[in-house]
Amino acid sequence: MAFAAFATTEAQPQAPKRKSRIALFLLLPGILYLVLFFLTPLISLILTSLQAPAEFGDIGQYSYAFNWQNYVTVVQQYLPHILRSFGYALAATVFALLFSYPLAYFIGVKARRWPLLQSLMLVLVIAPFFISFLLRTLAWKQLLSDESFIITSLKALSLMAPDAHFTGTPFAVIFGLTYNFIPFMTLPLYTTLERLDTRYLEAGSDLYANPFTVFRKITIPLSMPGIVAGTLLTFIPAAGDYVNASRDFLGGPDTQMMGNVIEANFLVLLNYPAAAALSIILMAAILVLVSIYVKRSGTEDLL
Amino acid sequence: MSGEVQAAAVLGGFTESETQEDRGPRGFPRRRRIGLGDWLLPVYTVLAFVFLLIPIAYTFVFSFNDSLKSNISWRGFTLDKWLNVCNVEGGAVCQAFTNSIIIGLVATLIATVLGTMIAIALVRYRFRARSAISLLLFLPMATPEVVLGAGLAAQFLAVGVPKDMTTIILAHTMFCISFVVVTVKARVASLDPALEEAGRDLYGSPSQVFWRVTFPLLTPGILAAALLSFALSFDDFIITNFNSGSVSTFPKYIYISASRGIPAEANVIASAVFLFALVLVIGAQVSRAARAKRLAKLG
Repeated sequence: MAFAAFATTEAQPQAPKRKSRIALFLLLPGILYLVLFFLTPLISLILTSLQAPAEFGDIGQYSYAFNWQNYVTVVQQYLPHILRSFGYALAATVFALLFSYPLAYFIGVKARRWPLLQSLMLVLVIAPFFISFLLRTLAWKQLLSDESFIITSLKALSLMAPDAHFTGTPFAVIFGLTYNFIPFMTLPLYTTLERLDTRYLEAGSDLYANPFTVFRKITIPLSMPGIVAGTLLTFIPAAGDYVNASRDFLGGPDTQMMGNVIEANFLVLLNYPAAAALSIILMAAILVLVSIYVKRSGTEDLL
Repeated sequence: MSGEVQAAAVLGGFTESETQEDRGPRGFPRRRRIGLGDWLLPVYTVLAFVFLLIPIAYTFVFSFNDSLKSNISWRGFTLDKWLNVCNVEGGAVCQAFTNSIIIGLVATLIATVLGTMIAIALVRYRFRARSAISLLLFLPMATPEVVLGAGLAAQFLAVGVPKDMTTIILAHTMFCISFVVVTVKARVASLDPALEEAGRDLYGSPSQVFWRVTFPLLTPGILAAALLSFALSFDDFIITNFNSGSVSTFPKYIYISASRGIPAEANVIASAVFLFALVLVIGAQVSRAARAKRLAKLG
């Protein structure tokens, strides 16, 4: 969605050349704002990540230094959290894609004949956004707690071991991440599938391709921009999320992700350099992964 | 029909159903494919929506729960929580809710103005450093919220700014700008420049042309962007948590109360907001459909 929208930025060759002073006037306030409150914070995050504890200082007092060992320390200390973040986010992205694709296909292709139904279904896709995502996650926590109807039924049917739990496990965290980011996956998929020219599919079956081949060779390649945008819009926030994995929500002591340790270090332990170093690692890893992914999926013009 | 095709149809119902062209090449009625896909996909869609809406239904139902302090087990139906929302914990829920509304409104206002200006410049003007500016607008959307939040908090800490309502508003405005630009830009790009030209030909001054022609035509896009900004700001927790100090917002209130149990009053507020947003969006869809019908009649 957002990613696809930026693709059109460059394609304005007919944009008239007019006084650049007006352009400057229009751009300056907003760009200045982003420089002040987005770009410089990133720089101060890098500076903070290199700080060393102040001499004779209290807890939470640091001075500027070039203490790059901070990075080594946090990786040694929090490697499981780092791996968990990316593992959980990857699993949630795959599940959200599997869940959303048929849904987006139905809304975007099958429901074309009924525009009103189509727009109603789109409202239902974004409806979860209208209610606080913390409350939605807590609702799942209650619905999937040990005493809940769903879990007791599963145990009665012997589909779950009698002493097993769901909340507090990695499955619960991945489940929560999947649920919370499904709309981010469904919407970009819908946007590309809605524009899918079904005559290509007909041409495929006219050439004796079976429906599965048509899907694999035509539908998927044509919907690639939506798949890439959706997976990015799901993976990036999922990797940085710490609500689902939090102990008061769907997680437990063994499911803490990078976001949880960044929060704990920054707001509770007042270990700002560690929190900053972890943030920089998270951002750098995401940028590297995203650029490799975008290159390999052949949709570079998307960014 | 081979089993392979059947299996593939089961995988997702990819066969287009033939409603009109049910005849084979020689005029023989082609055997209607009763692919599982014909009903599997609609059934799946219904189930998917049920799944998506379950937590919303749960939140709504439990806003009527005659609960005591925490709202976990069902204790009977009551309208009491809806009628006396602000009575719990000295009105802490309502205070948090009011803060969220104020922050959302101010951040939306600033972000919409700044973002709309950028969107117009991006579509209508040529300037250097275009790709750098595009990247600067794109990056905040591609950065995890926890990094945005920690970065701003580190900066406020370094400069020595105390965290309060202002720092929350500054943070929210920052992540809303990019979304406003994306939304409004689509609208500017679809605008016919001939309309503005006509305004200039009729001796309209630049500001007259902007306020009488451009701005009214952009209004739907700007409104959509403002709604999106408000929704993003209102529901934001992660960035707020890093930059709020002791100020409470509605999501922050829920996060903090989660360990000791959320009062049903929070469900009341969330359900009311949900219903309000739903009515707003459906109303917008219906009025757009009605306008499209009117235009179709005229054309």
